[in-house]
Amino acid sequence: MADLWLQFLLTIDATLRVATPLILCAMAGIFSEKSGVIDISLEGKMLMSAFAAAAVAALTSSALVGLITAIGVSILLGLLHGLASITMRGNQVISGLAINILASGLTVTVGIAMFQQGGQTPNLARVERFRPIELPLAEHLGGVPFVGSIYREVVSGHNILVWIALTAVLFTAFILTRTRFGLRLRAVGEKPEALDSAGVSVTRTRYLALIIAGVLCGMAGAYLSTAHGSGFVREMTAGKGYIALAAMIFGKWQPRGALLACLLFGFLEAVASRLQGVEVPLIGEAPVDLILALPYLLTVILLAGFVGKAMPPRAIGEPYLKER
Amino acid sequence: MANGDSAPPLAIKLSAINKSFGDVHANRNVNLEVMSGHIHGIIGENGAGKSTLVSILYGFYSADSGQISINGQTTTIRSSADAIYKGIGMVHQHFMLVPNFSVLENVMLGHEGSLSIETGAKKARKVLNKLSQDFGLAVDPDMIVENLPVGLQQRVEILKALFRGAEILILDEPTGVLTPQETEQLFEILRALRKKGVTILLITHKLKEIIAITDDVSVMRGGEMVAHLETTRTSPAELAELMVGRKVLLEVDHTPATPGEPVLQAQDLCLTTMSGINQLKDISLVLRAGEIVGIAGVSGNGQSELLDVLSGITAPTSGFFQVGTSNITAQQPSNPARLRALGVAHVPEDRHKRGIILPFSAAESMILGFSGAHHQNSGWWLSPSRLEADCAKRMQDFDIRPPIPSLASANFSGGNQQKIVLAREISTQPKLLLVGQPTRGVDIGAIEFIHKQLIALRNAGCAILLISVELDEIMSLSDRILVMNNGQIVGELERDNADEKRLGLMMAGITTDEGVAISQRRVRS
Repeated sequence: MADLWLQFLLTIDATLRVATPLILCAMAGIFSEKSGVIDISLEGKMLMSAFAAAAVAALTSSALVGLITAIGVSILLGLLHGLASITMRGNQVISGLAINILASGLTVTVGIAMFQQGGQTPNLARVERFRPIELPLAEHLGGVPFVGSIYREVVSGHNILVWIALTAVLFTAFILTRTRFGLRLRAVGEKPEALDSAGVSVTRTRYLALIIAGVLCGMAGAYLSTAHGSGFVREMTAGKGYIALAAMIFGKWQPRGALLACLLFGFLEAVASRLQGVEVPLIGEAPVDLILALPYLLTVILLAGFVGKAMPPRAIGEPYLKER
Repeated sequence: MANGDSAPPLAIKLSAINKSFGDVHANRNVNLEVMSGHIHGIIGENGAGKSTLVSILYGFYSADSGQISINGQTTTIRSSADAIYKGIGMVHQHFMLVPNFSVLENVMLGHEGSLSIETGAKKARKVLNKLSQDFGLAVDPDMIVENLPVGLQQRVEILKALFRGAEILILDEPTGVLTPQETEQLFEILRALRKKGVTILLITHKLKEIIAITDDVSVMRGGEMVAHLETTRTSPAELAELMVGRKVLLEVDHTPATPGEPVLQAQDLCLTTMSGINQLKDISLVLRAGEIVGIAGVSGNGQSELLDVLSGITAPTSGFFQVGTSNITAQQPSNPARLRALGVAHVPEDRHKRGIILPFSAAESMILGFSGAHHQNSGWWLSPSRLEADCAKRMQDFDIRPPIPSLASANFSGGNQQKIVLAREISTQPKLLLVGQPTRGVDIGAIEFIHKQLIALRNAGCAILLISVELDEIMSLSDRILVMNNGQIVGELERDNADEKRLGLMMAGITTDEGVAISQRRVRS
């Protein structure tokens, strides 16, 4: 029984770790999409910043400098997306797709040129990574039944980026509902001409949203290569950007909903990896692939309108053009 | 606004404004003087340059040349923010409201007053309450805008402008979506605003409104300002002539109809959306040969859906209708081609979406839906020369200009595009013509022509179902008028019994005499 409890706690702990980049990306997606800009480039931004973080951390021996570079790279890609889709009024999906393809090729090419390790960065040393933070008294309190074990296994031992990701949810919710910028951001995604006629620049508001999205995405990338992993591996995002996008849609473009969706998707992934090769009574080998496919199935079911109605921002995907 | 000068100051003075879009000279040396505290109308046809002019005034576009002065001060207006700062507010034809925001949030947007919404909202609520009381503009600040009726949404737009400190209010075609009663309420509000010293610039193409409410009127035609008049010293006939540049017949020559056999019979037609909204409820009607039946109603009350069902685009959810001997039900739906074969022609409401294909040549747009007909071609092959020759002949019959069959449909004016559609649909000598908004975005000259064609078609024995949001059009063409509200037919009036007031109340869904009394009390309180 105690063992099962521990197994459960470890799964929850893993859920948080797996969900962190999803949460950061989903919040980035909310900022971008609430402003009316479709952001499938989450994947590419995250991949590029994962590489930037690991490469710079390896060169400077500082995880922090790596993180800052990652954020910078991700913002730049966001601005590129903005240039194509806001200023030049291009198709937002195609622009995002282009960034994803660019990131996929560029990380490997630059990686090979810099480190000659087949597109990987060198394994990062302790100082070059974000280390887990053991909370005070975790070991001592671990003995306290129930609460103590939760504190030791789930709450303690996460790196700073996990905490930032959780804070980002509160931050996103606060910005959206309580601030002037949030009001304008929501307005520009619903009816940009209303904002324009109120004397606020549509272009500026959308760029600002993309910059914030860039910051969040950059952190997600850095988390993958310098906190969760210890170095960059080619294609290491492996579709996490798209899963985050799905989580955001599953959460109906709301921070709380997106958080829950990310945790659900993270949990499924954590369960899947725990069940790898485990024999389940009656079924036989655990259907890991099925579990991993669940997030996508759930999203499709949601989009088909079975679980309430998902209402995207009304002006999403439309470049803003003053009518003649 | 009062400043001791003996002559009343000019709120707006525009001198020699020019603006071109590519080859189109939308405003040519336009001058305008608007007296402070007056209601000033600008009237002109579609494309006369009214909207461009006020867009320049509101900072949406910048003029190529010319001078703007506001309250005697020469200024430049670079953006909407600039215009707002200078005390200019605008109520757009298509509302600039965020549909899923509350009234309060919409009013605040762009003028939140502080970084945090809550502090700003508290102040905004107070100002809003005061404005509501001062001008009789009652709206619940916490209502979500998309749940409000159109008339109230427009109030929110006015409140938005006043909240930003507007002393000059521009209204661009404000009555297009309103019932006559709502229009009267709007005019009451405008009069109240004028009393408080607000200057109002009213853009419209409706002569009646100019006469009803304005102090002064300026007339635009073809991008130029052609006249400035005091409203009391002019007449609708004079204004119409100035707008068009020639004498026009405002009233159609309408002779009593001689209805024949029923052509269309509908019984209990219902249309329900997937999400359970009833768009049409128990529609029953009979249409006879040789009569025009008009359907009046504020747009969005089911008229479009009715057209879709009767033309075979959408199948009804229940009920049936009969054309000739053919029965169309939910179980046995039809389609536009089959109905066309039964003698049903359809001039759709939105000609750009459904009437023509903009990049296609006029000759191609002229055979949409008829590409399989024998007189057009030989089997599989289209013959361009035959199409164009055929098109050229019809262009002559319908006075379509320029008479160039190979010109892209997009390059014709709204009126001429509509004539292309009409020429195509009428050419089959239909037994039944369904026509939606026949003169939307069409100039007065073409309106006259189209109306004459419809009457001629009726006299030739065709049954016509006319759907229009222009009440004047319905009243001048129809032999009988049905009124739709909220997906139902709420009343029927003979031509001679129809007046604007009765129709207006029916359009608002009030049918009984008791209801009339209640509504009047509401208007007064």
